[in-house]
Amino acid sequence: MTVFVRALLGATALTLAVSPALAEKLTIATVNNGDMIRMQKLTDDFTAKNPDIELEWVTLEENVLRQRVTTDIATNGGQYDIMTIGTYEVPIWAKQGWLVDLNDLPASYDIDDLLPAIRGGLTVDGKLYAAPFYGESSMVMYRTDLMKKANLEMPDAPTWDFIKQAAAAMTDKNNEVYGICLRGKAGWGENMAFLTAMSNSYGARWFDMDWKPQFDSEAWKATLTDYLDLMNNYGPPGASNNGFNENLSLFQTGKCGMWIDATVAASFVTNPKDSTVADKVGFALAPDKGLGKRGNWLWAWSLGIPAGSQKVDAAKKFIAWATSKDYLKLVADKEGWANVPPGTRTSLYENPKYQEAAPFAKMTLESINAADPQHPTVDEVPYVGVQFVAIPEFQGIGTAVGQQFSAALAGTVTADQALKNAQMITERTMMKAGYIK
Amino acid sequence: MARRVSNRRKTLVTIVAWAVGIAIFFPILWTILTSFKTEAEAIASPPKFLFFDWTLENYAEVNSRSNYFLHFMNSVIISVGSTLLGLAIAIPAAWSMAFVPGKRTKDVLMWMLSTKMLPPVGVLIPIYLLFRDSGLLDTRLGLVIVLTLINLPIIVWMLFTYFKEIPGEILEAARMDGAGLWEEVVHVLTPMAVPGIASTLLLNIILAWNEAFWTLNLTAAKAAPLTAFIASYSSPEGLFYAKLSAASTLAIAPILVLGWFSQKQLVRGLTFGAVK
Repeated sequence: MTVFVRALLGATALTLAVSPALAEKLTIATVNNGDMIRMQKLTDDFTAKNPDIELEWVTLEENVLRQRVTTDIATNGGQYDIMTIGTYEVPIWAKQGWLVDLNDLPASYDIDDLLPAIRGGLTVDGKLYAAPFYGESSMVMYRTDLMKKANLEMPDAPTWDFIKQAAAAMTDKNNEVYGICLRGKAGWGENMAFLTAMSNSYGARWFDMDWKPQFDSEAWKATLTDYLDLMNNYGPPGASNNGFNENLSLFQTGKCGMWIDATVAASFVTNPKDSTVADKVGFALAPDKGLGKRGNWLWAWSLGIPAGSQKVDAAKKFIAWATSKDYLKLVADKEGWANVPPGTRTSLYENPKYQEAAPFAKMTLESINAADPQHPTVDEVPYVGVQFVAIPEFQGIGTAVGQQFSAALAGTVTADQALKNAQMITERTMMKAGYIK
Repeated sequence: MARRVSNRRKTLVTIVAWAVGIAIFFPILWTILTSFKTEAEAIASPPKFLFFDWTLENYAEVNSRSNYFLHFMNSVIISVGSTLLGLAIAIPAAWSMAFVPGKRTKDVLMWMLSTKMLPPVGVLIPIYLLFRDSGLLDTRLGLVIVLTLINLPIIVWMLFTYFKEIPGEILEAARMDGAGLWEEVVHVLTPMAVPGIASTLLLNIILAWNEAFWTLNLTAAKAAPLTAFIASYSSPEGLFYAKLSAASTLAIAPILVLGWFSQKQLVRGLTFGAVK
């Protein structure tokens, strides 16, 4: 061995010895919403406290993200160390053994501070499988000025009959003001999220205890008939194409008297930068029909660790940071209390500074608490989920049924035909999947 | 004798051509305009066409949130790499089918085309598993391979059509002069088919650049091209049209410029052999 080669080897060994340990890189798949983007900008706080961990983000649109992470976790692809998943995925994936449980998060995390309804939706067999980053329910957002003009007063907990009366009174089609805006675009997370939640308040259910579809019930007929009646008489034109964003834009430009949708919309419609009606918005719980259930849903975007990840400890550290009380305070310090991710922790709603900054806080909390994923409707059901049924087949049948109801809103089929088709589609799928013989 | 075209007819044809051109270009123009609006102006009703407060805030936001250059380089490497690899395989294949056809050449061509009829999602899981086991997930090499394979039938078909237009006698003459197979393909066939090869190359780069199923499903953080960059700006909850438009404008700008400068070559290639 020449002197030169020996010197080279020595130098290499020295370089390796003195170089810092390689940082562990976490790849995080996440959805594109305001709270998640804000978190990406604030991660310096985490990396400063954990210099041995690097973060790599993959941000995708919700449907693309769902397809992408489902493919990866089902095939044990190992592309992600942390995945952003919803309350629909958690029970299904946990039962498959695809997620690492998070019961051993440190005591300082204060797991008991998580809102019970949200925690319940992410718990399977007593174990928490994902930590909620932001949670939401649905509620009524209404124009206070139009209500006043109509000589009506919105109760905190309205009924569907009152909503219909108010919609009729506020509608002024000549001036492009529509009494009510609701989702009409087909999809299990679009119109079916709203209609399934609405049907719960009417006492309807997707399946009986033997998994037999229930679209031939009177309760579903009443739900769909009232929905179509509201939308055809007092809704905006072309409503069968409207989802969250379309209705948001209608409400922000002053064209909706009422809008029943995600609680997260409250911060958008009260933001004077984007909304022309920011100072004229009131909030109420989702309506009921006097049967003990309200028509509101429950959803949480949460962080989970795929069972195949090789970096479980580092991933848990990050999740504990991103969903902690300290993170909420960090956001408040940097961007104000109104921008704190809502719907996850009891302590947030007890904080007077948050109550002051977010006028919709009380109603959001009450809406979340009014939802029960284990007992979503009046009668017993064999499934978990308020605006969805936590079974793998639901994405397919939810969208197919949503297409029928959207077609009924567009007027291409009757309500009776849509319900008949929904029953047929659902029965066929459930039979194929072996739930019913 | 050339047919005389009346002025009236000429004007009419020009108007129709402009109308079709504007209709095709309008969505792109609208995307570009929206990228300079605020989110509130992007959803304004009635829509604002030119008279709004022009802003660059969406470009600033996109630039601060994403690593555009990484996605851009991935798109360049994946689209150019898959096109060159595809041409290297397709030129000899198309040569043999055009000049030495066998009994089953037409069947082979049809079979190749039939692979394009399968919905990609039907083979997503098998390909994902193959990629996982061979360590190709989230790699540029993996995407170059898969995009080469999915675009190969189109490249072979296009080249086959161009090669068929070249008289076989010219190649025979080259052989009489002592040219071997290599010389025949490289020095005789290829120069004659340059317009066809060039248009195939350009079209394939555009197809690979815009491919948004495999590029989204087989990548994560490292190899994600501009399609993933665009997908990160769509949101089901919250206004995003202006930012999405800015991201889309940045993503289509390079290919738009390429198309603009190479349009003569593209048109020449696509109409090659159309008029005798």
